[in-house]
Amino acid sequence: MSLYQLQKLLYQLNRDPHTRTRFEADRGALLSDYELSEEEEAAIRADDVGLLYVLGVNGQILMHYAAMCGYEWHEYLQAMRDGLERHGPVRRGLYATVWE
Amino acid sequence: MSLVFAGVCSHGPGITGRSEQADPAVRDAFYENFHRMRDAIEATRPDALVVVAAEHFANFFMNNMPSLAIGMAEHYEGPIEDEAWLGIERRRIPGNAALSKRLIERIMRTSDVAYAEEWLFDHGIMVPLHFLTPRYDLPIVPVNINCQGPPLIPLDRTWEFGCALREAIDNVPERIALVGTGGLSHWPATPDSGVINEAWDREFLERWCLGDREALCAFTDEETYREAGQGGFEIRTHVAVAGACAGSKGRVWFYAPIPIFAVGCTIATMEVSEAGLAGNDPSGDER
Repeated sequence: MSLYQLQKLLYQLNRDPHTRTRFEADRGALLSDYELSEEEEAAIRADDVGLLYVLGVNGQILMHYAAMCGYEWHEYLQAMRDGLERHGPVRRGLYATVWE
Repeated sequence: MSLVFAGVCSHGPGITGRSEQADPAVRDAFYENFHRMRDAIEATRPDALVVVAAEHFANFFMNNMPSLAIGMAEHYEGPIEDEAWLGIERRRIPGNAALSKRLIERIMRTSDVAYAEEWLFDHGIMVPLHFLTPRYDLPIVPVNINCQGPPLIPLDRTWEFGCALREAIDNVPERIALVGTGGLSHWPATPDSGVINEAWDREFLERWCLGDREALCAFTDEETYREAGQGGFEIRTHVAVAGACAGSKGRVWFYAPIPIFAVGCTIATMEVSEAGLAGNDPSGDER
């Protein structure tokens, strides 16, 4: 459930200027609107794109968040590689799909 | 009137946003074929362009995800992305709500489809329009197939949707051009961005050009994910166009992997009638 909530937060940050304004004004207050795990919340608080990737955020959502945080394209790709190095394989979501 | 043009193309944001980083020779040959497709569309004097796309969480999210959706508005806006990042200025794009409504009503006789009276275009539609309708003077009917957030519609039902779309197009008085845009193999926005499985792409395009329903629908999502990445799920857009052109053959005008564009860049058309229309150009093969 919380990956859904995490992606919802990032989707709304990407799409909704009001959400972005709230994010910039008081990140903690905005985060309390979403059911996030402690690790997910910490990743958002730290702009940790690599960890967000490992936690399962879809790249089509994550790349816009990374751009918002000031990552140039190659920095974004490197941040995900660093995340894999530091935290291990992607844990959930599309990139962790196990086919039956 | 009927379908007057049918084709498929790539839409990766790097195509416009990272243009300067690509090998100029390959990039320019790709652009040239995009322009050639624009000329072919214009030559058919269409009243509207139906774009079958695979948007990337621009309008639709997992809170309420339609497998199939069609825009029904007088105008649209795009791109949603940062203009500098994508290399395309934000603008209003004309639609035709009445035409959309007639198409949707007809499609609903045989296929389920959601409609949307608001629709923001992301790179999945804006990159093709940048090349194909650069004056933004042709009304667009956007169609979306969910290729991003599984569960995804099966390929055979995507083909059937294409058939329903064709039947609807053939039952409106307007002249309609149809372009599908997506895939093929790619791992967009992941650490594997830039990886391209050319052999898989060419195998897919061979099946597409044959209009072979069984062969096209034989790709499983597991195989596609393994061989073509999550971006490969966007072959649904191409399968829908093939379904809309059932019985026709296709031609690949251009195919080349361009890693900085993160995709095997493709321009291909399906023949749609006897004379003068796209796909019947004797010089139409890949060059």
